[in-house]
Amino acid sequence: MKLQSQALPSSAQFQQNRTGHLEALRIVQEAAEMAAAGGGQKSRDRHLSRGKMLPRERVANLLDPGAPFLEIGATAAHGLYDGAAPCAGVIAGIGRVSGHECMILCNDATVKGGTYYPMTVKKHLRAQEIAEANNLPCIYLVDSGGANLPQQDEVFPDRDHFGRIFFNQANMSAKGIPQIAVVMGSCTAGGAYVPAMSDVTIIVKEQGTIFLAGPPLVKAATGEVVSAEDLGGGDVHTRLSGVADYLAEDDAHALALARRAVSHLNRRKPETVDWASPEEPAYDPDEILGVVPADLRTPYDIREVIARVVDGSRFDEFKPRFGETLVTGFAHVRGCPVGIVANNGVLFSEAAVKGAHFVELCSQRRIPLVFLQNITGFMVGRKYENEGIARHGAKMVTAVATTSVPKITMLVGGSFGAGNYGMAGRAYSPRFLWTWPNSRISVMGGEQAAGVLATVKRDGIERAGGEWSAEDEAEFKRPTIEMFEEQSHPLYASARLWDDGIIDPRKTRDVLGLSLSAALNAPIPETRFGVFRM
Amino acid sequence: MFDKILIANRGEIACRVMETARAMGLRTVAVYSDADRDARHVALADEAVHIGGPAPADSYLRGDTIIRAALQTGAAAIHPGYGFLSENPDFVDAIDAAGLTFIGPSADAIRKMGLKDAAKALMDKAGVPVVPGYHGANQDPEHLSGAADAIGYPVLIKAVAGGGGKGMRLVERPADFADALTSAMGEARTAFGNPDVLIEKYIQQPRHIEVQVFGDGERAVHLFERDCSLQRRHQKVIEEAPAPGMTGEMRAAMGAAAVRAAEAIGYKGAGTVEFIVDGSDGLRADGFWFMEMNTRLQVEHPVTEAITGVDLVEWQIRVASGEPLPAAQRDLAITGHAFEARLYAEDVPAGFLPATGTLSHLAFPADARADSGVRTGDAISPFYDPMIAKLIVHGPTRAVALRKLARALRGTRVAGTVTNLAFLGALADHAGFATGEVDTGLIARDLDALTAQPALRPETVAQAALEAAGIGAGPLTGFTLWQPLNRALVLRQGEEDLPVTLRVQGPDRVEIVLSGATVLAERRGQAWVFDGKPAATAQVEPGRVTVFADYGRSFDIIDPLARAAAAGMGDAVTLAPMPGRVVSVHVAAGQTVAAGDRLAVLEAMKMEHTMLAARDGVIAEVLVGEGDQVEAGAPLIRLEDAMEETA
Repeated sequence: MKLQSQALPSSAQFQQNRTGHLEALRIVQEAAEMAAAGGGQKSRDRHLSRGKMLPRERVANLLDPGAPFLEIGATAAHGLYDGAAPCAGVIAGIGRVSGHECMILCNDATVKGGTYYPMTVKKHLRAQEIAEANNLPCIYLVDSGGANLPQQDEVFPDRDHFGRIFFNQANMSAKGIPQIAVVMGSCTAGGAYVPAMSDVTIIVKEQGTIFLAGPPLVKAATGEVVSAEDLGGGDVHTRLSGVADYLAEDDAHALALARRAVSHLNRRKPETVDWASPEEPAYDPDEILGVVPADLRTPYDIREVIARVVDGSRFDEFKPRFGETLVTGFAHVRGCPVGIVANNGVLFSEAAVKGAHFVELCSQRRIPLVFLQNITGFMVGRKYENEGIARHGAKMVTAVATTSVPKITMLVGGSFGAGNYGMAGRAYSPRFLWTWPNSRISVMGGEQAAGVLATVKRDGIERAGGEWSAEDEAEFKRPTIEMFEEQSHPLYASARLWDDGIIDPRKTRDVLGLSLSAALNAPIPETRFGVFRM
Repeated sequence: MFDKILIANRGEIACRVMETARAMGLRTVAVYSDADRDARHVALADEAVHIGGPAPADSYLRGDTIIRAALQTGAAAIHPGYGFLSENPDFVDAIDAAGLTFIGPSADAIRKMGLKDAAKALMDKAGVPVVPGYHGANQDPEHLSGAADAIGYPVLIKAVAGGGGKGMRLVERPADFADALTSAMGEARTAFGNPDVLIEKYIQQPRHIEVQVFGDGERAVHLFERDCSLQRRHQKVIEEAPAPGMTGEMRAAMGAAAVRAAEAIGYKGAGTVEFIVDGSDGLRADGFWFMEMNTRLQVEHPVTEAITGVDLVEWQIRVASGEPLPAAQRDLAITGHAFEARLYAEDVPAGFLPATGTLSHLAFPADARADSGVRTGDAISPFYDPMIAKLIVHGPTRAVALRKLARALRGTRVAGTVTNLAFLGALADHAGFATGEVDTGLIARDLDALTAQPALRPETVAQAALEAAGIGAGPLTGFTLWQPLNRALVLRQGEEDLPVTLRVQGPDRVEIVLSGATVLAERRGQAWVFDGKPAATAQVEPGRVTVFADYGRSFDIIDPLARAAAAGMGDAVTLAPMPGRVVSVHVAAGQTVAAGDRLAVLEAMKMEHTMLAARDGVIAEVLVGEGDQVEAGAPLIRLEDAMEETA
């Protein structure tokens, strides 16, 4: 059934919304450009002068020509470490190589020699997690000095630290997920295990090096004086040590060898969903910026977004007359069947039960789920607690937590409190979680949080017989509001990899399409739900 | 009239003869070598007979096999085309003996014109002016040197049995005579089995003007002249008819001399009397001399056909079948002006080296006559002349015809091999040529300008890069979250690498960054525009892309994977610069050579190429033997590594 938009593109409201979104986008665009610039011009020039390709160029030349690249964590580490690690010093993303969708990880040696900051590790592990969940071959374009030594306590010892990279490589390889390394620069100490743990390794002549300890450390330890090339260069590793398999003349040759290696993987995507022929939406995705209010607090009909995301703007809405604050229904995105779960207001018990029912349906039919999250939370108050909203909410959370179908979450507005759980927030392991520049994420709204703290404080003052002026209260609330405002911003969230990246809302359909395509590299197993509290 | 004829040739001339034969209602028989199994002339014929291996000596030069083929298929006559057996009197005798008809002159007439010195003496006697020179039997170098002194420098040394520039040397100074003589005689011996040479006066601003004659065995007519002065090293490049600057008086004098020459030997069929003309002071009726007579249909006969309206092949067949001359001299007249350009697969920047390749694209403009023996998908093989086609245009005046020639050349599209198309285009645009100031030295004088590669246009490189990259056309092509990715690509033209960066911004928009320019490519409908200019036609094949702008610009697409194989060969291996036959090998394994020493001699098409040692060293291996046919890039000789030697 084709959705009918009520939007008026010529209206002042539409234009005002658009202006607001464009401003929010501009801020993210700047951050993304800073991240893509890596370690600055001087460092890039030095990199180029060694005959190396810049990291993004390496990615581009690895991909099939013109193939889309779905980047993960494009603004990771933004504002962290005093800005020392743009993009967390590593590029990650999914792209097509020799016809296969692959996870590509590419160190940026122009950022502190490609050394691993805590966020670098987190990003690397997140990329591997995506690869493992979605059965994507991994290609590591290695050019890294290993752990960032001043940060070693946040990088080395814990479970989800540096060592986990190799644990993941071993276990992915065990599952038949190919691991391919291209050594295009240093691969020192722990980093040496990336190529060593790979199924296939390519190294660039007189440029790539692999060793557990570099020449300075060797000299310090044993007094042996040896050049990097003689210690662990491409010639040594392809001729003597066997640590690498192919010797490349230069970056372009190495990337071509990697492409050739992928062409010999003998893999094909499993049969999963019943693809339809793709169709553009009837409404221009560009209008999303106009139909969605720039101010999060203004309610709007989420179907206006759905109409600009799904094929032909066709949406078979399920249970439209029940629990209306949650919109559920079937549609296609670039030909892939999906079940959409979208917020249209605060969650009530009926909406939560409807959501659980719909997730069950999609799980039974093995239809991927798309969550359009814009949620202030579950309804509060005596009536709702007494009717068991926690019990009904739990049903939805259980269904979302235990379904085996791929989940893809898009934060299109607020993500507050327990609503985040029911709508497949990060903790619920959606295959991908993307956010819009206007989205906000926190345990509750800043105003509400400041209000809670102010109420507690006022009660204390008044119990002691004191008085608290409205001005003093406002002054008390201000830092909390400001802190929440800063921390709930998507750049703050994305810097910490609470999500996989901020996207341009106009690209929602493309991002969903690519995410679904990537997710469907893994078969969809049968779902076994947990106990639903009835 | 014959019922069925056999064409003892291949390529464009075989096709051209067949087309006329079919128009006359005759059935045709083709002959073919192994290399021509799928050639156009085989497809055109009603029947085809396989006659042997790819080397001409094993097929197209085997008269006995060809005559047998004619007898087997019931062909009553044999058309020889040009080249191969067309001027071989023994072949004509054999045809007569077999009771068949040779479409051409008698063996006797061929013999009389075959040896150049005898021919000149004969012509001299018949009252045809000849160039001062020595045509005697005494081949003693001292004697020849004396003859040259008597004639006066500069002189030409020419092989007595020669043709096509083989065994020919220009000598400017007496000091160079001995060396030039040795090499000319050597080449003549290899090529013709006869080292004898003649010496001629070299005319300073010579023009090559030839007269088309046609005889019935007794009487002859002429079909006016052709000017073939645009030559490169004695190879014709562009021919025209009539000759620019020709006067009625001189045309009559030359025509009469040519008819005299033909009638003197009882000529039957189509022939050409070549004259050298002194163009230094305008054309004068006393300023032409007999050079030689070609007793066959010439490559450039179509220009005569264009201005006279005569189908010379039709005439050949009719006269051979016993009909009288189809027209009298007074019935023949000139209408307008015609040009022919010879399109070759050759590497002009590398010095016009013959090239090979598979024609992945071949198209000619509709408003020019294109005589071609190849089609899209056909190969230019190393075994034969690398001609792709002859383009012939006709117009009411020389200026109009020349503009049509230029236009036809611009509209010709060839991919899959390098060609001389741009060179032909430059000639058609040459200011001196346009004013009719033609002489055989024109190309040599202006060679640099004529062979200069015009600057590559950024849009052309951009289009080549976009075609080479092969980006998809799906809706998500070029998708990225925040900024386009830069994809690098290297194209190579000749020796020059052209690095290109493609910023794919979407399925319909690509920014192409070249060194020194950035071009924006946008797709409008189905077609791309580059900086607003419409795309040219283009052709992509593995490893190569051709954009049909500026006579076609071909680029090698550098495959990074190919790099490893090429690396490490260095200067140790001498490679064949072009396809050809190894004539001689002058070194053996273990022999010490110095840089510049002669290693081997390769004969390609009509030239001998000496392979020299790139550096001092010891021969490690000789990879070919004398007589081997080799492809371009084949390793010939390997020197020991510098390392091996010191070890």
